[in-house]
Amino acid sequence: MAKKQLVQIKVNGRNREAMVEPRLLLVHFIRGIPGLTGTHVGCDTTHCGACTVLLDGKTVKSCTMFAVQADGCELLTVEGLMQNGKLHPLQEGFKEEHGLQCGFCTPGMLISSYALLSKNENPSEEEIRWGISGNLCRCTGYQNIVKAVQYAAGKMEQGGKDDLPNIA
Amino acid sequence: MICRTSPEVGGMGHSIKRKEDLRFIQGKGNYVDDVNLPDMVYGHMVRSPYAHARLKGINTENAKQLPGVLTVITGEDLAKANLAWMPTLFFDKQMVLATGKVLFQSQEVAFVVAEDPYIAADAAELVEVDYEELPVLVDPHKALDPDAPILRDDREDKSNHIFHWEVGDRAATDKVFEDAEVKAKVHAVFQRCHPAPLETCGCVADHNAATGRLTIYLTSQAPHAHRTLFAIVGGIPENNIRVISPDIGGGFGNKVPIYPGYVCAVVASLTLGRPVKWIETRSENLQSTGFARDYHMTAELAATQDGKIQAMRVKTLADHGAFNAAAQPTKFPAGLFSICTGAYDYPTAFCEVDGVYTNKAPGGIAYRCSFRVTEAAYLIERAVDVLAQELKTDPVELRRKNFISPEKFPYKSPLGWSYDSGDYDAAMKVALDTIGYDALRKEQQEKRAKGELMGIGISSFVEVVGAGPAHTFDIAGIKMFDSCEIRIHPTGKAMCRMGTKSQGQGHETTYAQIVAQELGIPAADVTVEEGDTDTAPYGLGTYASRSTPVSGAATAMAARKIRDKAKKIAAHLLECSEEDLDWEPGKFFVKGAPSKAKTIQDIAFAAYTNMPEGMEAGLEAVDYYDPPNLTFPFGTYICVVDIDKGTGEVKVRRFVAVDDCGNIINPMIVEGQIHGGLTEGLAIAFMQQIGYDENGNVQGGTFMDYLLPTAVETPHWETGKTCTPSPHHPFGAKGVGESPNVGSPAAFVNAVVDALSHLGVKHIDMPIAPWKVWNILKEKGAVN
Repeated sequence: MAKKQLVQIKVNGRNREAMVEPRLLLVHFIRGIPGLTGTHVGCDTTHCGACTVLLDGKTVKSCTMFAVQADGCELLTVEGLMQNGKLHPLQEGFKEEHGLQCGFCTPGMLISSYALLSKNENPSEEEIRWGISGNLCRCTGYQNIVKAVQYAAGKMEQGGKDDLPNIA
Repeated sequence: MICRTSPEVGGMGHSIKRKEDLRFIQGKGNYVDDVNLPDMVYGHMVRSPYAHARLKGINTENAKQLPGVLTVITGEDLAKANLAWMPTLFFDKQMVLATGKVLFQSQEVAFVVAEDPYIAADAAELVEVDYEELPVLVDPHKALDPDAPILRDDREDKSNHIFHWEVGDRAATDKVFEDAEVKAKVHAVFQRCHPAPLETCGCVADHNAATGRLTIYLTSQAPHAHRTLFAIVGGIPENNIRVISPDIGGGFGNKVPIYPGYVCAVVASLTLGRPVKWIETRSENLQSTGFARDYHMTAELAATQDGKIQAMRVKTLADHGAFNAAAQPTKFPAGLFSICTGAYDYPTAFCEVDGVYTNKAPGGIAYRCSFRVTEAAYLIERAVDVLAQELKTDPVELRRKNFISPEKFPYKSPLGWSYDSGDYDAAMKVALDTIGYDALRKEQQEKRAKGELMGIGISSFVEVVGAGPAHTFDIAGIKMFDSCEIRIHPTGKAMCRMGTKSQGQGHETTYAQIVAQELGIPAADVTVEEGDTDTAPYGLGTYASRSTPVSGAATAMAARKIRDKAKKIAAHLLECSEEDLDWEPGKFFVKGAPSKAKTIQDIAFAAYTNMPEGMEAGLEAVDYYDPPNLTFPFGTYICVVDIDKGTGEVKVRRFVAVDDCGNIINPMIVEGQIHGGLTEGLAIAFMQQIGYDENGNVQGGTFMDYLLPTAVETPHWETGKTCTPSPHHPFGAKGVGESPNVGSPAAFVNAVVDALSHLGVKHIDMPIAPWKVWNILKEKGAVN
């Protein structure tokens, strides 16, 4: 067993630190150290995207990074989307448009959609489909996820940026 | 006719938003891998790299020496407790951990338990297994050859043949074929595929030595049946077992069987006295747990020259892998495959199926399908298209000419089913109008003249779902009823517990809507709980589209029992006789004097505070519903494809799905189920396959080579409906979750074949990958 190393990661605005083995996957850090189990593991080949989180503003599949590689970084997980008791428009959209069934892919889908909307405020259907193409869903057939993202885009445009929860 | 409640009550027909969503969108679901108990340890499976090999020895010493390792369990260890083998759900047995030999790649060989999952994985690498390779049998067609290796030397019968099953009138059918004016024949392989729910299988087994109780958190579609099986197989008193099926990340049939990993985790927890977590990796899930299909089918249709179908004859070889771990009712070795005569009216049919063993993962589970109905629907809908080609007639016209007409219901099918209700032409008509069929055929002619490839595929499927009835249907001896218990609290809010288990279908919302419909209590005031065997009434679980037909019916019946008691209380409160009362959802009122009324909430309060003399307190009921018949959802799907001649790539341009599932509880949820099922149908038609090479190596054992569609490959679905209620279901529902997966593969394949039919193509086996199409185009001289 390799020597444990100190890792400090800011997760959803809170500093988290732990002594970890260098081989500990980031997803296991997230699920284990702060106990944030919303980030899921659905495959072992970086395909399914259920473990998607935002690392310093970029989406990463946290099953394909070591926790030590995220040392000093800021992370956003699904648990960080809701702020001050208020759902993010994307969360609202997924509920309103029936964008989820079993819910297992939903956290990763939300984070990928969040990243998409932060780069592109008004994506077309095709842009949304490409934006979530790193995330597999076995239940919904994606159509209502597209609608959910459109709902959020509309809501965010309507409400203006100031209305958004202040994340990270 | 269903009386419509207000949107605030949210009874049947309202697209109310799902109650379960709030926790999922916040990342607060509770899946099995999210269960973390104090002092918990982790299991890891050692698996065979060979498909068929003799086990000459297992050395676990090095693994056990690794710090943090607590135990390594082998088949020999389990044999001492008589647990090396376990029964499957279908009259066979399966090795929990291998003894003697291994029979498929990735078979379970040893189970390592350690303080940490990383250490458990390290230790698994240190388990040394000495194998002697044996000849491998992969092709089911060779399983019965005299020189084929006999795989199951544990069985008395030294043969790879598992069963022969037949239904129908062979002699009469053969006679019709002898005299037939026209015959059509298709060999169709429904490839081996895997449901691959996004959450893999797993469990946390927690034996508490102080109380003697064993709690198993399990990815289970059938927690009650699993509890009974653990009790019978493990010899643990059933009152000491609690199975909790928490949030389930998709099932699609994959989570119906009991897997060796569960048994090993239980054994380890009993041995160590600590909670043991075992969660499959994706590769383990795809390579070792319940596969589906692998049906090698031949269908023939006999018809008159003017296109009247007269008979069907089917011969099928079923590849069950190393153990017959099919999950289906015990009287039906080929499931409900005999629905293969489809939506068409003809008097004679014969169907036979032979099951064989091969060196592949065990199973034969019902993947989003009511026990082989998907294979059956695919087969008849392919065969009808081949017949249309023989007759040089339009596939729509041929179907319409042969549909069972609405006045013939209940319709007795030639293979023995009694179809409850249907209007197949009505669904066909909506589909044709929506897609604009005539214009598409014209466009196809024009495109063909220019050398472009476009196809239109039709599928008019019939399903048979919702098993029971109990007199005919059981799984491992347990009758296929299902249940609901409703308790109305004094303040008029309700708790509803079920024998089923949602894996994403939205039960917490739809069952609440049934209660809302029947009692007028707002769906928002009804909490639905499933999956805890300590609290829920016994039931057989969720698969085969049986939740709405069976447990949904139980919910209505339990609510009606409550209403009967509520009426007595209302009469007491209003000081009148029961005969003087009328009901509308939410209240009883005196006939002719609607202001003299008592709401269900008033009545609930009185049930605990002011009941009539001699009446038991409380307002609750339980119902174990045994359906009088199955239900027969149906629909017509039409798919339009364009094929790129340069690459062989098929693009689904449009897909119209018209479903008839009887009366609908929540239209939004039904539409979501259809989107999802169509996407799985698309995956099966074009992408998903668990293949094997000649040495039995899995080709398709990870998401790198078992292809699932992303949002980019998935087209925009168009849905429509007709409504033909089930006459025997308490509120006329039929079930819908599986229809799109059952009905769509034929529509996709028919569309591709239709695009190529002028080149003489009659059939292409799934999955239709671009290379397959491109090779056909090359062979037919359509491209250079």
